[in-house]
Amino acid sequence: MIISILIGISLLGLASGLVGSFTFLRKRALIGDSIAHSVFPGVAIGFLVSQSKDPVYLILGACLTGFLSIVLVDVIVRKSKLKTDTAIALVLSVFFGFGVLLFTYIQHAYQSVQTGLDKFLFGKAASMLESDLIWLGGISVFVILCVFLFYKEFLILSFDRNYAKTTGISVRKYEMLLSLLTILVIVVGIQIVGIVLMAALLVTPASSARFWTERLRSMLILSSIVAMVSGIAGVFISLSMEKMPTGPWIVICLSFFAIGSILFAPKRGLLSRILKRKRIQKQMLEDNILKTFYHLGEKKVTFLEPHSREELLDRRYFKSDALSKGLKFLIKEDFIIKNGKKYILTDLGLKRSKRIVKLHRLWEMYLSTKLKLKGDHVHDDADTIEHFITEELEAELERILDYPEEDPHQTKIPYA
Amino acid sequence: MKKSNEPVIEVHDLTVSYDKKPVLWDVDFSIPQGVLCGILGPNGSGKSTLLKSIMGLLPSDSGFVKIFGNELKQVRRKVAYVPQRESVDWDFPASVLDVVLMGMYAQRPFYKRISKADKTWAMHCLEKVNMQDFHSRQIAQLSGGQQQRVFIARALAQNAELYLMDEPFAGVDATTEKSIMDLLEGMKADGKTIIVVHHDLQTVKNYFDYLVFMNTRLVSSGYTDDVFKQDILEETYGGQLSILSQVLNILKESEIGRKEHQKL
Repeated sequence: MIISILIGISLLGLASGLVGSFTFLRKRALIGDSIAHSVFPGVAIGFLVSQSKDPVYLILGACLTGFLSIVLVDVIVRKSKLKTDTAIALVLSVFFGFGVLLFTYIQHAYQSVQTGLDKFLFGKAASMLESDLIWLGGISVFVILCVFLFYKEFLILSFDRNYAKTTGISVRKYEMLLSLLTILVIVVGIQIVGIVLMAALLVTPASSARFWTERLRSMLILSSIVAMVSGIAGVFISLSMEKMPTGPWIVICLSFFAIGSILFAPKRGLLSRILKRKRIQKQMLEDNILKTFYHLGEKKVTFLEPHSREELLDRRYFKSDALSKGLKFLIKEDFIIKNGKKYILTDLGLKRSKRIVKLHRLWEMYLSTKLKLKGDHVHDDADTIEHFITEELEAELERILDYPEEDPHQTKIPYA
Repeated sequence: MKKSNEPVIEVHDLTVSYDKKPVLWDVDFSIPQGVLCGILGPNGSGKSTLLKSIMGLLPSDSGFVKIFGNELKQVRRKVAYVPQRESVDWDFPASVLDVVLMGMYAQRPFYKRISKADKTWAMHCLEKVNMQDFHSRQIAQLSGGQQQRVFIARALAQNAELYLMDEPFAGVDATTEKSIMDLLEGMKADGKTIIVVHHDLQTVKNYFDYLVFMNTRLVSSGYTDDVFKQDILEETYGGQLSILSQVLNILKESEIGRKEHQKL
């Protein structure tokens, strides 16, 4: 039995990872939450109408109210002046409230029967029957197949809906299909994950995957893997402990992936962005120190003379500890050499300092000749921009300005 | 050079509203085949709405549009649309080639994958806008001008007869504008008809041989030599007619709008 539950949750993870990616890319994350809450009364209605726990009726009822909620949100947005988030909040709470009412009624009226409908709230993998699992697996496979078949259509729909429509793709049909797939995943998923947390299984895998890739295909694969692994882990934990709900454990595993992605993903992750900023700050500090060496040398007409900290500080303001750190870096990278209490530029350091001064002065020239800025307005701007001019831009600037001799303040521009 | 007199687009008494307030009011004009046509007008004058309406993206209150003498549905393959660059979120997991290939999706049944030949054709379209070197680049990393060229390449991939472009020169540098313009000239020479929503009055005379002046209503349309005149420009850019704009607002308040329930 445990094997079939694990197969079931894997298929569900796959399906929700795929469908959730499109929900996420279409910026409909909240719709998932709305549907999940709105299927609640449907389950109760299915039970009341059929007087049984036969999954067919429960699923049908759930699909019905789930679908109704989507239509209702759509109608509210189009016919009233309310915005989508408000409409979703309204529909979600009204449907869920109604569901709670129905469930309370069922629990009172059917005390003799163990309805077990409460598992829908937080999900309970252990309570799944074989018939539930067959539905879960079957519907998941159907959803996965659909995404496979309509990949192109879902892609264009998510990126540029209006354009897709102008090319003759029946956008509404595919939107309906995608909504239907979302509902189906939610309806079969709530038994394991629960209504309250189902949206997490839909949206978290996709949003985590997005951090790691710029390709839709790999995003779909990653998202499915995240959902599958979290699902399996959650089911495992809840099965191994008495009376443990499954949903919360799955969500905890999902959060693990989400937080990990937000922090550690290359490029998009927080950490790599902080590191990048640090790197740039370090480079700017080094540039500024080397530039100061150059300015001091310029005055004395020789650049290879040692200068003390005080001389540097006289010429330009640095925070004391920043200057110490910067000097240390520069020594380590062979741009300067320490000589007693003084520091002296190496050939490498001289070259780099020349370039940065050149970029500064070229940029000043560009601002004053091309943007017609006054000479006294260009320095601060150049002080920032000099650090960011790439080699291509450098060449372009030299070409456009035709290697000017002097900057707007009549100081010489050093070329290597 | 004036070509066949059968119009490519015939817009008849078109009225389109947002939230009951008409933004196009009884617009009526036609565009002949093989011209490079500019649609001009101040901000909020309904230029983009006109294009969207022609492309069937907005319901009309009254009037109709005929393309090649037919309804849009029957001639979709012959029409390609280039939306405004800002109309999509470019932070999307797709490459330049992926986006251009979208131009061919509608012509491939859903069960069919994109073939090698499709990719070759898409590359060819990228070459036309000089973006072939960027085919594997992530679209989020493109500059504004590059994004614009990708959108144009996507429309080229449709291999249409009529092209409608919404502000293809917005936020584009001068070099790119020039190269896009050369491309459009070339397309015109191949007998295609191109309609461009445009902003910059300076370049109008050089760029377009046919013009449509809009300001909610149609101010004037015709060959550039005949309509690019001081009085028409003044009428177009001299602000909305005050009674008309008051009526528009009343319609919005009335909750009725201008729907006439006449379908053709």
